[in-house]
Amino acid sequence: MSIDQWEAVIGLEIHVQLKTESKIFSGSSTAYGADPNRQASALDLGMPGTLPVLNGEAVRMAVAFGLAIGAQIAPSCVFARKNYFYPDLPKGYQISQYEDPIVAGGSLDIVTDSGARSIRVTRAHLEEDAGKSIHDLFRGHSAIDLNRAGTPLLEVVSEPDMHTPAEAVAYMKAMHTLVRSLDICDGNLQEGSFRCDANVSVRPKGSSKLGTRAEIKNMNSFRFVERAIDHEIHRQVHRLESGQEVVQETRLYDSDKNETRSMRSKEEAEDYRYFPDPDLLPVTVDEVLIDEIRVQMPELPQARRARYENELKLGAEEALQLTDDPELVAYFEATLEAGGKLPPKRVANWILGELQGALNRADLAMEASPVSPTQLADLLGRVEDGTLSGKLGKQVFEALFAGEGEVDAIIEARGLRQISDSSAIEAVIDEVIASSPDQVAQYRGGEAKVFNYFVGQVMKATRGQANPGQVQKTLKEKLDG
Amino acid sequence: MLRESVTRLREGLRNKEYSARELVEASLARIDEQNGKLNALITVTPESALVAADAADRALAAGDAPDLCGIPLVHKDNFCTDGVLTTCGSRMLANFVPAYDATVTRNAASHGAITVGKANMDEFAMGSSSEHGHFGVVRNPWDHERVPGGSSGGSAAAVAAAMVPLATASDTGGSIRQPAAFCGITGMKPSYGRISRYGLVAYASSLDQAGVMGVSAEDCAYLLKAISGFDPLDSTSVQRPVEDYPAELEGALKGLKIGLPKPYWEGLESAVADAVQAQADELVKLGAELVEVEMPNASLAVSTYYLIAQAECSSNLSRYDGVRFGHRCEDPKDLQDLYRRSRGEGFCEETQRRILVGTFALSSGYIDAYYGKAMRARRLISDDFTAAFEHCDLMLSPTAPSAAFKIGEKETDPIAMYLADVNTVAVNLAGLPALSTPGPQVDGLPVGGQLIGPYFSESRLLMVAHQLQQATDWHLQVPEAAA
Repeated sequence: MSIDQWEAVIGLEIHVQLKTESKIFSGSSTAYGADPNRQASALDLGMPGTLPVLNGEAVRMAVAFGLAIGAQIAPSCVFARKNYFYPDLPKGYQISQYEDPIVAGGSLDIVTDSGARSIRVTRAHLEEDAGKSIHDLFRGHSAIDLNRAGTPLLEVVSEPDMHTPAEAVAYMKAMHTLVRSLDICDGNLQEGSFRCDANVSVRPKGSSKLGTRAEIKNMNSFRFVERAIDHEIHRQVHRLESGQEVVQETRLYDSDKNETRSMRSKEEAEDYRYFPDPDLLPVTVDEVLIDEIRVQMPELPQARRARYENELKLGAEEALQLTDDPELVAYFEATLEAGGKLPPKRVANWILGELQGALNRADLAMEASPVSPTQLADLLGRVEDGTLSGKLGKQVFEALFAGEGEVDAIIEARGLRQISDSSAIEAVIDEVIASSPDQVAQYRGGEAKVFNYFVGQVMKATRGQANPGQVQKTLKEKLDG
Repeated sequence: MLRESVTRLREGLRNKEYSARELVEASLARIDEQNGKLNALITVTPESALVAADAADRALAAGDAPDLCGIPLVHKDNFCTDGVLTTCGSRMLANFVPAYDATVTRNAASHGAITVGKANMDEFAMGSSSEHGHFGVVRNPWDHERVPGGSSGGSAAAVAAAMVPLATASDTGGSIRQPAAFCGITGMKPSYGRISRYGLVAYASSLDQAGVMGVSAEDCAYLLKAISGFDPLDSTSVQRPVEDYPAELEGALKGLKIGLPKPYWEGLESAVADAVQAQADELVKLGAELVEVEMPNASLAVSTYYLIAQAECSSNLSRYDGVRFGHRCEDPKDLQDLYRRSRGEGFCEETQRRILVGTFALSSGYIDAYYGKAMRARRLISDDFTAAFEHCDLMLSPTAPSAAFKIGEKETDPIAMYLADVNTVAVNLAGLPALSTPGPQVDGLPVGGQLIGPYFSESRLLMVAHQLQQATDWHLQVPEAAA
């Protein structure tokens, strides 16, 4: 059999770190990057007698997520203890949800080269994160940092609905866009705010029986997810084709070697002895709260994309690019608002073209853009009212980006105002024609492309400020006439 | 003056008959004299107590003294005390000094009570005899060869021996009521959620409840009022105003229906049954009416209780791993060794037994047959109480099936020890309030009668016990050895 005769079955578990100010069961800050153990309270340290108190904000975020994917929100759900010993798990158990997750069902739409699909979500539950074990800091000792212990996570489990690494990545990206659009996660993959585990199995195409699956952990970028799953599919197919079995196990992805390796097998799996946490009451989410959250929900990426295409008349690709990134959306909307009646398509083109290009070259994030939406709106207003040509606009943009001041001041300081006065343009053209008899002869002899020489000369003489449309029109009249 | 009621002590302090300093010094002297024999306290805190006493005297002089101003008390050593050793009677926490107060200790202090020490107990509150602590056996002031009951044996012995007029304690399956009965004092476990569990080191979270001990119901009422209340730090504490218990002690028993739960009167020493029957007769004289009530699922209580308590304890005690605080073994060779030896050395045999049983009860393949079934039985037991309280206002039963037993008597038979909790554990499973009040003695040993009420009937329970105590003097008997 060749690889084409196999079908992969992929399900993802995505850990979304919720953007609450404080931890899910304690008042400690969740800010990233503090000195080790400086954001760990007595509760986070598992000190005797301390008790967890649920952060209502985490519940609201989970509900918003559930509403966004069209899921069922449990009217009452329960926190359970997942018991296991590990040094970075201070209480000896993780507070999670087991039998009664807060969110059940729902789906997320994805688009790949092979078309649009809907991926079903099995459930999403709230839980606390563990701390970090650091094994390479002190010789012969492991260090424990409990700053992350108790950070709220929403674990989103998909159905095994994906069949290619591309679909898995599309799903992960759609989820990434959604949680950032909902403003419930900062989406920072490097800092671990958005983590993904994949369950992968393969079966002969046409078979409906699921193969034995392996779980792949430790993939902290979209690229690694794609590569790791691709590698895992090939590994499993290779094993099956060479008469070996796939073992149910957890495998770690090594991005340096681009391979997965076994971490623990099913036999070594722990018995977590889940039971309801007696320190916490069941969480009730009533209709009033759901309605309150629904009203406050931002526009979701899919609805926004449709609106951009249908109402703002953006192209499909532009709409997709913009709505994929909540920061781009925010910038785009702010520019439209500041600019009054600017054509949305022009705004989109400038943001996706000039602005993103300049930011990429300067290696800056959107939020660090030196050009504000208001400045961009001012600039595009000047292009729109004819003060600047598109080309001059780009010069002004560069000056804005370099921090040279406001749009009108730059135009003034650089003398970049477009010349649309027809008598001024005519005078320059007459001069150019008079000083280029040879070219005039060539042109009139049928060499049409010499026309560009005249345009160039006029623009040069006006330092690019002449209105290009007017120059073309007047030149044609004079040369042809 | 240490034998005086809290009401009298409040008057004495306010009338300048004695100062808070004198009262605290008397308490410390009494501890000095008695603790060597009884081993009731693990830690004594004379310096901080005297500082607090002087502050109390200033508040009394200024006329803005809070309710319990200047009254000495001890806290069971499973309540966290900021800066003061909190051992839970365990080698595991023999060196543990918390950086925070339990809500109970903080509330007691803010009402002016002065902590003079921390009371001995069975390790992690697991036991019914106070023989299972790392800091040694606590002795019963009535007979030093006998246990004071447990797990709050230190608190009970300290009150009975007049070291202090009041003590805090905790009750997971009878740990306040049974030692109160064995030591001849009054002890109350209020409704689950009435007192915050924050800072009370957990044994079994869904059953643990802080409570109070004193000579009388009246004394208990003062301390209960001081330490009760909703606490945002404990999600299971109840948002409900605290009643003024000392002000609710006067009342008529006329027409009050007192249920005698049939199974609770079976299988116990007849002299104990007779003593509690004498209490019942006294209540009838005061106007109450006795009715027999059925508790069809009473026989499930002990096994249900031990399954749930041990399951929760197996998880609650996982944090004692030698990594961050508490006992850590010498030179661990790897992580597993660190866990095994730290826990093996830090916990006593009884604690280990309960952790192992609890771990088993929650294990995959067994959880439904054990923990799951126990949770269903818990519901039935709770329903028994609901049904019974349709026929009566509260219930009376013997607190324990016998008076205090000899030290070592049940040491080799843990099951016999568990079975002796038969009359107290169901109350915790249902989360109800109950108290133990002394009855006539049996062979020179105290016996307690248990009053059980519906949810949040603390006022009624204290009122009935107070009226009984006003009509009798059983609670005023003083052990000869500690006279």
